[in-house]
Amino acid sequence: MLVSEGDVLEYDVVVVGGGPTGSTTARFAARQGADVLVLEKRQEIGSPVRCGEGVSLTWLDELEIDDYKKWTSQKVVGARLYSPAGNTLEITEKMAGDEVGVVCERDIFDKEMANLAAREGADFMVKTSALGLIKDDGMIKGVKARSMGKNFEIHSDIVVGADGFESQVGRWAGLYGAISPNDIMTCFQYRMADIEFDSRYTHFFLGSTAPGGYVWVFPKGEGIANVGLGIQVSRLDGSKTPKDYLDEFISSRKEFEDGEAIDMVAGAVSVAPPAEKTTTDGLILVGDAARVVDPMTGGGIVNGLKQAKIAGEVIGECIEEGRFDDEFLQLYEKRWRDRLENKLWRNYMAKEKAMTLDDKTFDKVIDALSDLGLEKMSVGAILEGVYERYPELIKEFEDML
Amino acid sequence: MKPEVDNDICMHCGACVGTCPVNAIFLKEVSVEISDDCAECGLCVKACPVAALKGGI
Ligand SMILES: Cc1cc2nc3c(=O)[nH]c(=O)nc-3n(C[C@H](O)[C@H](O)[C@H](O)COP(=O)(O)OP(=O)(O)OC[C@H]3O[C@@H](n4cnc5c(N)ncnc54)[C@H](O)[C@@H]3O)c2cc1C
Ligand code: SF4
Ligand code: SF4
Repeated sequence: MLVSEGDVLEYDVVVVGGGPTGSTTARFAARQGADVLVLEKRQEIGSPVRCGEGVSLTWLDELEIDDYKKWTSQKVVGARLYSPAGNTLEITEKMAGDEVGVVCERDIFDKEMANLAAREGADFMVKTSALGLIKDDGMIKGVKARSMGKNFEIHSDIVVGADGFESQVGRWAGLYGAISPNDIMTCFQYRMADIEFDSRYTHFFLGSTAPGGYVWVFPKGEGIANVGLGIQVSRLDGSKTPKDYLDEFISSRKEFEDGEAIDMVAGAVSVAPPAEKTTTDGLILVGDAARVVDPMTGGGIVNGLKQAKIAGEVIGECIEEGRFDDEFLQLYEKRWRDRLENKLWRNYMAKEKAMTLDDKTFDKVIDALSDLGLEKMSVGAILEGVYERYPELIKEFEDML
Repeated sequence: MKPEVDNDICMHCGACVGTCPVNAIFLKEVSVEISDDCAECGLCVKACPVAALKGGI
């Protein structure tokens, strides 16, 4: 789309951010007949990739996705967890209730989500940044934007903040302030080629190699994987970066002896409780901007997509009713919270506890669990399993059983 | 002093942006801008995965 300096475009909906949640909100809103424009500041949707690319497949029907193969890099049959002393626990697909999933190609994935939105009629502008909100009498009525050096405005009935961890939209709208450094994982990852890991599994290393987080090895094919880690910002004192921690981990393990890093990824995710408020007059937030990342795993794609579908459908209803005020938008708050909030809070609490465990405790927990041969890998089953062997470890978790 | 960005190191990942408690950092497509709202808390410096930020404490 061509714009000139000072142009004013008119849309029903403007979505800030062309990640998976922005595109998916646009897709479902456009399907209900809304005129939607998505702004993406990067020149290419989905690139550069800023993700470990691990994703379950349990949500495909809900999101009406019929072909996952086009964005799948490697199907996995299970996950392996490693304690600091090297005790391992294998979680199979059956135990995890199909949550194991695939390692995807995020750039293709994001473009496919955009394609599905475009096919419903949504418009896209790439290399276009939202710079601020337009307010009129307390209602948010659009955004100021800049594209290829041209400043212009988009006037709309509703703005969607789908601008990820770095969300400005949520802050401009006054919906939230700072995130606690306890609730931010700062991440670094390499794509490593010529390494020796079983590519049928995802691998997770727990404990002080990644304080407050974990190291992941997510296979992208035979001998190649995304190898990354997340560290709690409050555990960093400035003397060592996440990259330093990852370099140390890699040089300490023989699986990487011949390995070559063929790309680098940095980024951060919030592992915070969901935002207290995700709507205001004329605006809603979705995805990482609404802080719906799973606090236990740091995975945000699936929750974000489920929330985005609800967002798109509610926007359709807004247009039908001609209502964009905060009171009407409580429909969105209620529906997505009913769908996602209990599990987010439970996993937030579980994360808070897991953060307090030291290396010896991780050794014991992994040991106890692998001995048990659990049939099902729910948080409840894990806690009960550990309780049988080490009741003293579980005291603190008792309220969650 | 507000932190300075070393553009030779910065990966434009936005970790500092979301971490800043006073919203003083903005990530343009290929540059990071820190405004005078910076409260010099140093959190972004710690959050940067690759030590592209210096100062700010
Ligand atoms: C290192 C790392 C590893 C991860 N690994 C996993 C994983 O394995 N599995 C998983 O499920 N999740 C993972 N996540 C989290 C996952 O990447 C996010 O939850 C997911 O991308 C959220 O989607 P989103 O659409 O909300 O935001 P994003 O994908 O972040 O999209 C936001 C978009 O908005 C654009 N934008 C921002 N500001 C503006 C603006 N002002 N104007 C226009 N556009 C703007 C950005 O350029 C970006 O494209 C990981 C995150 C990181 C950092
Ligand atoms: S030093 Fe603190 S206030 Fe200043 S930009 Fe960094 S995080 Fe923001
Ligand atoms: S956190 Fe570091 S690498 Fe990432 S954008 Fe900020 S300065 Fe650049």
